[in-house]
Amino acid sequence: MSIPSAPHHPLTDTEVRRIRNDFPILDTQVNSRPLIYLDSGATSQNPLTVMEAEQEFYEQRNSAVHRGAHTLAVDATDAYEAARETISAFVGAAVDEIVWTSNATEALNLVAYSFSNASVGRGGAAAHRLAIGPGDEIVVTEMEHHANLIPWQELAARTGATLRYIPVDDDGALRLDEAAAIINQATAIVAFTHASNVLGTINPVAELVAMAREHGALTVLDACQSVPHLPVDVHDLGIDFMAFSGHKMLGPTGIGALYGRAELLNAMPPFLTGGSMITTVTMEGAGYLPAPARFEAGTQRISQAIALAAAANYLTETGMERIQEWEETLGRQLVEGLSQIPGIRVLGPAARVDRIGLAAFDVDGVHAHDVGQYLDHQGIAVRVGHHCAQPLHRRLGLTATTRASTYLYNTSDEVAAFLAAVAGVRPFFGVK
Amino acid sequence: MSDDLQQLYQQIILDHAKERHGAGLQEHDGVGTCGESHQLNPVCGDEITLRAVLSDGTLTSVSWDGAGCAISMSSASVMTDLMLGLARDDAMDLVDEFRTVMRSRGKIVADEEVLGDAAALAGVSRYPARVKCAMLAWVALEEALLAANR
Repeated sequence: MSIPSAPHHPLTDTEVRRIRNDFPILDTQVNSRPLIYLDSGATSQNPLTVMEAEQEFYEQRNSAVHRGAHTLAVDATDAYEAARETISAFVGAAVDEIVWTSNATEALNLVAYSFSNASVGRGGAAAHRLAIGPGDEIVVTEMEHHANLIPWQELAARTGATLRYIPVDDDGALRLDEAAAIINQATAIVAFTHASNVLGTINPVAELVAMAREHGALTVLDACQSVPHLPVDVHDLGIDFMAFSGHKMLGPTGIGALYGRAELLNAMPPFLTGGSMITTVTMEGAGYLPAPARFEAGTQRISQAIALAAAANYLTETGMERIQEWEETLGRQLVEGLSQIPGIRVLGPAARVDRIGLAAFDVDGVHAHDVGQYLDHQGIAVRVGHHCAQPLHRRLGLTATTRASTYLYNTSDEVAAFLAAVAGVRPFFGVK
Repeated sequence: MSDDLQQLYQQIILDHAKERHGAGLQEHDGVGTCGESHQLNPVCGDEITLRAVLSDGTLTSVSWDGAGCAISMSSASVMTDLMLGLARDDAMDLVDEFRTVMRSRGKIVADEEVLGDAAALAGVSRYPARVKCAMLAWVALEEALLAANR
């Protein structure tokens, strides 16, 4: 496998315009205006290489993987496993530490349900240390996406464990001072987001991991908003599990991945069971393959995995450091521009903090849905609502906000056009 | 600004969104039967709690508490104006009429004679993602009337 390498100079508007040629959808007109796509935090667009990889698979190799000895089946299996190598290299994991899932939500549920199964005695002696129950605590944060909250609520409800959370302050900053008391001897799991999908802030992973480790707790990182936007190395971060989605990183929908430390994955009982994850099956029971196969029951998302690898290669060739830098520039332009518009409140701490290139904001006197409608009429696609983070919105005294999220294909001109449009919102709705 | 957007957010809608006729839940004074309904749009968090009082088969009070976008709030306001004093069955028919317009994807021209200010919301039907906003209060009234009748 050849590892693509990226240029070293920073991305510029000129180069981004070239990048845009790889994304046919960005040429679309919406409401007779050129599309300005600022919703990559929800789902990103696909470059031609990703679509071609999927098409090429269906045209030339389509076959089931890990079964059958015919040529196509071997080709498909090779491509599928090569995709796993690409993705594991992309996040610094060993190849058997990457489990394919439908999306990050399924990856997080996989961990929660596997622990749940361990808690009722499944998985034998190896899984015993993963069992949790009354007296154990699961810690999340108040800024979590529902996908990294509800699976833990349910795990706590099934096992009798207690769910606790690290609060945020009035600005949405994580209360690290309180975290030190909340993470304690009783803590079994600490699950938190790497970068907030609402605030755009990057959480102090190292500090939270250190607190968890001090008490022997396992860490689960929601990396949906970090893996697509900045270099991520699971071993550098020192986390035990990490979930991310393909469709937020230029890949197709229907594919995501779970990283788990090999030793943990191999101690965990399976979540979904069935074909392709077993050793010997009798009418009474079954033995299970080591990870990752143990967690990949049934026919897998083969073309999606292959297309996701093409997406990862595209990102690597562009350069994750350069992408991060570019989005920081766009993010600053967004936050500074929005902050200067009367009646706009940008969510998240005002102080200089590390953030990704997105901003969620409230428009005084105009509901987010109306803001989104107004922007859509100008061809600008943004996300409106609670962004699957109701508790965070409630904490900040809001029910719905508007979010603009950038990616490597957005230009500073687009951000400027967006800011000009937002400045027109309150006048249009007659709010003074 | 484009005509389409002006068509969607007509001045009358923006005015109702601010004035909110019927806003503020009224305590039931004991005359007639009172029904209540709470409706939530989980997509955006818009919600409304609506109370309707039926007295001798006539809608004598409509009041509501709600939070949401200009479409959902103005729709609750125009509906309140329209419904007060109607017979229960006529009110239910009007909900159906409004729903038909909303689901028409812009194909049905709203009858101002029948729908009054609510006809100004007809433009919403061309935006499927917003139909639920416009329907929120009407669905609440429908449920409240069913509850009041029990």
